[in-house]
Amino acid sequence: MPSGRKLKEIFFETAIRASGVASIFIVGLIFFFLFKEGIMLFQTQKLSGFLFGKNWYPISEPGEFGILPLISGTILVTLGAAVLSVPLGIAAAIYIAEVAPPQSKEILKSGVELLAAIPSVVLGFIGIVTVVPWIKNTFHAPTGLTAFAGAVVLAFMAMPTIVSIAEDALYSVPKTYKEGAYALGATQWQTIWRVVLPAASSGIVAAVMLGIGRVVGETMAVMMVTGNSPSMPRGIFYPVRTLTATIAAEMGETVRGSDHYFSLFAIGIVLFVITFAVNMTADLVVHRKRK
Amino acid sequence: MRTLSPRLTQRIAFSILFAATLFVILPVAFIIGVILKNGLGAVNWEFLTAMPRASMREGGILPAIVGTFCLVAGAVLFALPLGLCAAIYLSEYSKDSRLNRAVRLAIVNLAGVPSVVFGLFGLALFVGFFRFGASILAGSLTLGLMILPVIITSSREALDAVPGSFREVSLSLGATKLQTIKYAVLPHALPGILTGTILGVGRAAGETAPILFTVAAFYLPRLPRSIFDQAMALPYHLYVLSTQVPNVAPKIRYGTALVLLAIVLLMNFLAIAIRSHFRAKKKW
Amino acid sequence: MVIHPKIRVKNLTVSFDGKASLKNVSLDIEPHIILSVIGPANSGKTTFLRTLNRLNDDERAMKVSGEVLLDGKDIYKDHDPVSLRRKVGIIFALPVPLPMTVFENVVYGPRRQGIRDKKILGATVERFLRDAYLWDEVKDRLDEPAMTLSGGQQQRLCIARTLAVNPEVLLFDEPCSALDPISTAKIEEALSKLKRHYTIILVTNNTKQAARVGDKTAFFLMGELVELNETGKIFTSPEDRRTDDYLSGRFG
Repeated sequence: MPSGRKLKEIFFETAIRASGVASIFIVGLIFFFLFKEGIMLFQTQKLSGFLFGKNWYPISEPGEFGILPLISGTILVTLGAAVLSVPLGIAAAIYIAEVAPPQSKEILKSGVELLAAIPSVVLGFIGIVTVVPWIKNTFHAPTGLTAFAGAVVLAFMAMPTIVSIAEDALYSVPKTYKEGAYALGATQWQTIWRVVLPAASSGIVAAVMLGIGRVVGETMAVMMVTGNSPSMPRGIFYPVRTLTATIAAEMGETVRGSDHYFSLFAIGIVLFVITFAVNMTADLVVHRKRK
Repeated sequence: MRTLSPRLTQRIAFSILFAATLFVILPVAFIIGVILKNGLGAVNWEFLTAMPRASMREGGILPAIVGTFCLVAGAVLFALPLGLCAAIYLSEYSKDSRLNRAVRLAIVNLAGVPSVVFGLFGLALFVGFFRFGASILAGSLTLGLMILPVIITSSREALDAVPGSFREVSLSLGATKLQTIKYAVLPHALPGILTGTILGVGRAAGETAPILFTVAAFYLPRLPRSIFDQAMALPYHLYVLSTQVPNVAPKIRYGTALVLLAIVLLMNFLAIAIRSHFRAKKKW
Repeated sequence: MVIHPKIRVKNLTVSFDGKASLKNVSLDIEPHIILSVIGPANSGKTTFLRTLNRLNDDERAMKVSGEVLLDGKDIYKDHDPVSLRRKVGIIFALPVPLPMTVFENVVYGPRRQGIRDKKILGATVERFLRDAYLWDEVKDRLDEPAMTLSGGQQQRLCIARTLAVNPEVLLFDEPCSALDPISTAKIEEALSKLKRHYTIILVTNNTKQAARVGDKTAFFLMGELVELNETGKIFTSPEDRRTDDYLSGRFG
């Protein structure tokens, strides 16, 4: 007969072991529940019509559930954000990891952490009061709520991810590489450009992928500044609607069990699959290099 | 064509890098500055402790503050024990490297799941399947799942940083494995675990998408009565004020943004302070 | 009268990841002696020591065959690691004071066995710090962090901490490798006194130390026990050529 103390140990060890694998269980559970609800849409709709349909009219009779405009909106905003955030993010990572003096390095790193900490809805709010009017006035657009505004705001959400992961990649380049280059008379910049960056390239690629993954999944800020127009985007200075914003904006108005409700879960599956793929690939890129 | 000298190239390159860094960092100061400048005037005792009135165009934001507090407390209550146990498992127990890798990948993915997808999941599982309805309970659990990766990752790093010799000494003195974890490992990992938890709190306080369909009330000018009650929350309130309610005085919007930002940044400063304090004190 | 061995090792083979660290080792250790274990690096002497209180259990892909008997009981079958380690204490090469006070370091083991009485704990601290020749130096500093002690004091604190668990066997893994000659002398003095109450196994890289304090000496080479004999015999007329070569400095 085990003593009370022994029983307590057994209880805690079991709890620890169960919690250890809980993450796997939760990821499985998320996928299961998205799938369980999302799959119902395809009782009445075709998968091809869902993925490639150009019309998103979920509340007309009969509803049309083509998410191509939403996918296009997401791609447009994401590309815009990437164009802005990737060069800036990588450059900042290089500066912080390789160039900045130790004291300002800590301050700069804290700054990046603070940027990462600012809630999405606050960035969206700032976007509304600063970026949106600026776009309207500068580019003479009918409204400032455009894909471009989304790209600008999301760029700042991607940057912290890109900077911190790229920075880690730069730090993990062995010191001997740099010393070798210096020994051959290379300047610091030549060493960074020709030795450090190539050596850290896979980590930087992963940083970019994860930054983009964050942009694809970002919801509130993008919903607040892109104008919420679920039609095929006509350009960067027109309103668009992303996949995430569609779920957030419309779920409140759906009837549980309707095609509209199911279609939003189906969009959730698409998002889950995209981010799953991005994260797995980024992880693979990082770990293949380390071996 | 003449090429630039290496020295000059370096100077130009470093200047560009520096400018890029400023471009990333300065907006942080800009954002904080704008919100402080326009929001400070709105924040007073009444704003913090009164109910909203006149369709949120007047009065205070007390229910949103209380709602956020409840949600965050619930999320931590759920995620901290689970996340800490998971970290202990990964750091102290699991020897199976394949299972370890699977768990690590699951955590990476969990961290990457879009917040609105967490919202969908919470809606399907907690609101629907478990029939909690749109409630503080459902919202807390959803937020808790979302901050789980933050807590697991930082706790695990903290546990891994405790020297293996402490474990060996404790075991050699006849302590059981669990005693070793409790008395020789956890106390020294506590600062790191605390840091991660506070970061998780900051994250949970600022998230909107996961609570949209699981708890958030558009306008509910009273305090929540139980964990099965709906509640207002600061980030959702800011979203509503900025996009859903016309003709709100900018002051109220900025004031709400300021309170939210202050809570979140305070958490982050706290985490940074704890981390650097203990890093300086560490003796092994 | 027959003296029963305190520890009997029969055909012990220990391997990590398929690589054998100990090969077919058999030996008896009588109670209340100091057995010095010498040998070059990677000779298996530390593996041998750590096997005796099962500290290797958590290592990756470890395999053990053969038997280790403590008072006639198999340490793998009749003991769990916790009960075994309360009987077989170990002192490591580098002193590892836990980051707590001197007092708390000494009572770490007793507390884990559920002892809470302040008087008992206080008496324990004094008694074992005295046994480790540390009491006079730290009696006024019991509430200071153990990290503030000098290296030699830390090592004696670790000895006191191990003694406080009330073990019967003490394992020393090169306990003086990080210490200066004066601290070393103090530890050796403590060792000679301790053998009255404990059976001691001392792994050392310092053959002179083995000769000074060991009643018996075992020589390990590449995972095998080459020779075990009275210390005087080993150092004056070893039976095995390899022992002679090692002691006269031809390798190692």
